[in-house]
Amino acid sequence: MEQVIKTVFPIVVLFAGATVAFGAVMGVVAYTVLAERKVLGWLQGRIGPNRVGPWGVLQPFADLFKFIFKEDIAPDKSTKFVYYLAPIVAVTAALIPMVVYPFGPPIISVDWSFLPFGLGEGISRLPLVLAQIDVGVLFVLGVTSVGVYGIALAGWSSNSKYSLMGGLRSSAQMISYELAMGASVLGVVMLSGSLNLSDIICAQIYSPYKWFIIPQFIGFLVFLISAFAETNRVPFDLPEAETELVAGFHTEYSALKFALFFMAEYVNMFTVSVMCVTLFLGGWYVPGLSHIFQFGTIPYALISVGAFFLKIFLFLFLYIWIRGTLPRFRFDQLMSFGWKFLLPVAIANVILTIVAIWAWNVMGWSQAVPCSN
Amino acid sequence: MFAGLAIACSISMVYHKNPLYSAISLVGVFISLACIYVTLAAPFIAAVQVLVYAGAIMVLVVFVIMLLNLDEDKPLTNLRYLYAVGAVLGMTLLAQTFFIFYAVTKTPNTPVENSTAGLTLNIGKSMYTEYLLPVEIVGILLLMAIVGAVIMSRRLSQPQIELVKAKEDFEAYQERHDY
Repeated sequence: MEQVIKTVFPIVVLFAGATVAFGAVMGVVAYTVLAERKVLGWLQGRIGPNRVGPWGVLQPFADLFKFIFKEDIAPDKSTKFVYYLAPIVAVTAALIPMVVYPFGPPIISVDWSFLPFGLGEGISRLPLVLAQIDVGVLFVLGVTSVGVYGIALAGWSSNSKYSLMGGLRSSAQMISYELAMGASVLGVVMLSGSLNLSDIICAQIYSPYKWFIIPQFIGFLVFLISAFAETNRVPFDLPEAETELVAGFHTEYSALKFALFFMAEYVNMFTVSVMCVTLFLGGWYVPGLSHIFQFGTIPYALISVGAFFLKIFLFLFLYIWIRGTLPRFRFDQLMSFGWKFLLPVAIANVILTIVAIWAWNVMGWSQAVPCSN
Repeated sequence: MFAGLAIACSISMVYHKNPLYSAISLVGVFISLACIYVTLAAPFIAAVQVLVYAGAIMVLVVFVIMLLNLDEDKPLTNLRYLYAVGAVLGMTLLAQTFFIFYAVTKTPNTPVENSTAGLTLNIGKSMYTEYLLPVEIVGILLLMAIVGAVIMSRRLSQPQIELVKAKEDFEAYQERHDY
């Protein structure tokens, strides 16, 4: 019996952690939708949703129930299997990167020996990450690139000209901007010497400038711009340009399938915000916090998690702000901007970083970073 | 489990008439291959597999299929000839597999000391020390491919077009006046 509990316990803990993380991400996503409508209303001199609950706080749930109860329509001439597969692919690929989000620092001060059956034996640290994947950055980039299939297949299987155009545009756009995105991350990876997201945060803490946005400002800008393109947001929202394509790739989708696409888009926004914060803004790190609380204690961890989410909210607000401000690109402008401007700038940034690191090593300024998980 | 998934996906890839279904099945093969790499303690290869093959190359393939909108029922010509080529290639592959299997069973079973060979750091180190020459050769090959692609897709600029036109005109003039 005790043996069974001991083997099951880590799995239960992992599932609990996954549930908490999923709940947090979903909550943020639901309220990003509300915040988007509120902030857009504010930017455009309107009030925004204010009927469901005080200040419309229950609006996301009302939307969800509406989507669930709407009639589920599939076009007659659509390719049924692919048509149903596409939203599943989109939302799955959007949610998988959640396992490597570094939500906060590990908690190492708690003594777990109070747990029954000796479950706390040998546990000294509670990491606030679901999985320490050694190639976290590549993992996130790879999984989000699989998300293109959701959009492309949705466009193809709907058997509608608007959807097909939207799907084609989005696949072209995402291939183009993925390159710039990957190249802009390279500088950070070289500075930290690791692809693990937690190690990258650690390397930022031990570096003299604390946040990689300072030495990698060009990389940050390129990453931010390609992140907007990757998530199909304004000003790069050509796959769903309302004025020309009705609604783009999800024109023919209704009810919960549309809600899944909608959710996938917002989860993707959350993912790229997490990547931005982790790679360039020090993740959960708050400068000077270790003078007040000791590293590894629960208050330290809580404040760090709060800081992490605060930084993410800043990025989500930036998304909404830009949506309310900028007009849409033309498609040829989008392509030539991606290939002829962003990619060369990203590669130049890589070369610049190589030269800088080499110069630092020659001058003997570099220091070993004591990071490994 | 992942191997079974990979085999199922590859069978469906070969047997589907619709090229788009085949492409999706191929994506399935790539993803299950990546899972196999992870179980073999090579996470870097797995991530690159998904990123490059599933994320970039197959998206391009799907893109082209969607753009061309191929006919489903078009019968393939020269099928006999292709069958013969396929049989030869398949036999070669089978022979190779058996050879590798044989070689593996012959070698003494040495337990792997540390399974860190698949880590990014070690891959990088061995690429730039032990296997430097192959890396450089591949680099030059890829550079040549890039240059070739640029030249093939390049359109002539306006002065060059005028130059070509002038040359043609001059040749026509020569012909007319019987130089």
